[in-house]
Amino acid sequence: MATLASSTAMPVEREPTDWSSTRMQRRIARRYAAERNFRFLGLAALGLAASFLVFLLFTIVRDGWTGFLNTEVRVAVTYEPAILGLDAGRIAATADPAARRAAFRQADFAGLMLAASEQLGDFDSVVSEGAWLALRDRLEADPALLGQTEQVWVPVRSTIDLLNKGKFDLEAPEISRGVSDRDIRAWQALEAQGKLRTGFNGIFLSTADSTVPELAGIWGAALGSLLTLLVTIAVSFPVGVGAAIWLEEFAPRNRWTDIIEVSINNLAAVPSIIFGLLGLAVFLNVFGMPRSAPLVGGLTLALMTLPVIVISTRVAIKSVPPSIRDAALGIGASPIQVVFQHVVPLALPGILTGTIIGIARALGETAPLLLIGMRAFVVDTPQGFTQPATVLPVQVFLWSDDVARGFIEKTSAAIMVLMMILIAMNSVAIYLRNKFERRW
Amino acid sequence: MNTNNAPPPVGSNQPPKMTARGVNVFYGAKQAIKNVSLDVRADEVTAFIGPSGCGKSTFLRCFNRMNDTVDSARVEGEIKLDETDIYAASMDVVQLRARVGMVFQKPNPFPKSIYENIAYGPRIHGLAANKTDMDGIVEGSLRRAGLWEEVKDRLGESGTAMSGGQQQRLCIARAIAVDPEVILMDEPCSALDPIATARIEELIDDLRGKYAIIIVTHNMQQAARVSQKTAFFHLGTMVEYGDTSTIFTNPSEGRTKDYITGRYG
Repeated sequence: MATLASSTAMPVEREPTDWSSTRMQRRIARRYAAERNFRFLGLAALGLAASFLVFLLFTIVRDGWTGFLNTEVRVAVTYEPAILGLDAGRIAATADPAARRAAFRQADFAGLMLAASEQLGDFDSVVSEGAWLALRDRLEADPALLGQTEQVWVPVRSTIDLLNKGKFDLEAPEISRGVSDRDIRAWQALEAQGKLRTGFNGIFLSTADSTVPELAGIWGAALGSLLTLLVTIAVSFPVGVGAAIWLEEFAPRNRWTDIIEVSINNLAAVPSIIFGLLGLAVFLNVFGMPRSAPLVGGLTLALMTLPVIVISTRVAIKSVPPSIRDAALGIGASPIQVVFQHVVPLALPGILTGTIIGIARALGETAPLLLIGMRAFVVDTPQGFTQPATVLPVQVFLWSDDVARGFIEKTSAAIMVLMMILIAMNSVAIYLRNKFERRW
Repeated sequence: MNTNNAPPPVGSNQPPKMTARGVNVFYGAKQAIKNVSLDVRADEVTAFIGPSGCGKSTFLRCFNRMNDTVDSARVEGEIKLDETDIYAASMDVVQLRARVGMVFQKPNPFPKSIYENIAYGPRIHGLAANKTDMDGIVEGSLRRAGLWEEVKDRLGESGTAMSGGQQQRLCIARAIAVDPEVILMDEPCSALDPIATARIEELIDDLRGKYAIIIVTHNMQQAARVSQKTAFFHLGTMVEYGDTSTIFTNPSEGRTKDYITGRYG
């Protein structure tokens, strides 16, 4: 450039720029068009994403909201001591709650239900095969009812329930309709007698899985998820944050720490099912821990969550301005004091956000848990960390796979529960971030 | 503005507070400070001047071993505080930094209350026996930094909500609160406006005699105004060191003269 300028004695004369020439006008029009097109593309992408989301939510809610309702049939029940094999005097005399409980467990409530449903005549088959559980709960709560007669609402079979919710096309021929003429007649007759009612489905929110849709509940899986996540948090949060603090603040910079850093970044990208295989090989085969247990599920998910927590914590620590470290060091704070009294409190919003995002991902994880046996069919709510349990996403997976038609709405309802928990967790993350955020 | 260029007061024949002998500083293979020796007296303000990148801040950070936090930095030579080698293996860096306080270029109060900013240092060093003691230390430090009247009614407010000049005086008060013997100031006014700068300079003048002060500055007028001794640095070497009045009126080195008269810098 310099030689060029010095070789020509006089600068080349330029025409004055004509900003209103056609060429210029065309350039400007092209620029405007490019900006307009980009804006349009952006809006189109946004609109597409939004419509997918709305479609997804709409389908789930449309299929799932009825899962929170159930249909019950009214029957008059006489709590006959003879059928039940229970003695009023003995029950009253038994002070020990465990012994009393055992007596109720042995009593023949199924027989009682069978006797009671005979009053429905031809339509006795509408009563759910697990309806006797409702009778047992009634009597256990109030043993004075023994020998008395009362009107009880008990759940109906899933098919009747679905009929009542209008899930079948009654115009279709019987063969392709999915419901028999007999069931339709029973439903119509009972409906006409006013013996059916639809209400909030307490069973769904309070029980565990079942082979029959009308008795299947989400509570067992929700509790399993809670226990699993407690283990995950207890293991991955202290270990992950501790590792990140050490790597960021204390570790020497050398080949070994470089290798550790690369490994952690790679681990964050490992498919989750690999962690399931690891959990299977290590926790179950080497350490002999119980299968299907929240303890093992939690440990496996903790392995998966660790890299996420380490990475987000390191980013949060890095973003603390070095001037704060200087300030603390300058008045004689020890390295530990600098880290725990200044750096970590300032990094806390980022650390918590990263952790909760990691935990939320663990909550929605299915694949690794299938490998350690958490896809088992568990009818009891888990009582502890080593008891068999399942978790919400696995429950969704199991129900979506079930042939019984009643599970369609249960699947969508379970997804709604899962999503509500996720939204709640993300809200907590946002709240914590805003609460601890400090500006300087 | 307080232009105190009077010769150092009595007590100049005491031994120096800090001494540096043959100090070399390396960043990796690059040498940032070449064989610098000087004395810092307890009752004087010593100014380090020189163009950007001459190593004056690097040298300052040797006096409280802040260079330790830079992985690649290596310090050779000997720096003594009251006849004790601060680079000796037996030296506790945390104690050293309590005795040699520091004020940084950019005001850096903790994002905590004004009270907590001052109280933090005394607390970690166990200087206050109880709340009353601590209140006394906080008030005394703020008074000495000339900030008490401005903040006494809002000690609970955040230290970062104040103006830049107030923040810097808060940082000085924070350094004073630990009761140091030496205060290092790394271009303390470079982020401040002229009025805030004047207040800091007055403050430095008030603190002289109580603490040995070393100040790094870009601003030659500032060095002339606040210091009794001046060291001129260029390209990692100390070109000249002496009484401020001599350096500014009758420098013995040509480079010093060129810099002071603004021929480069």
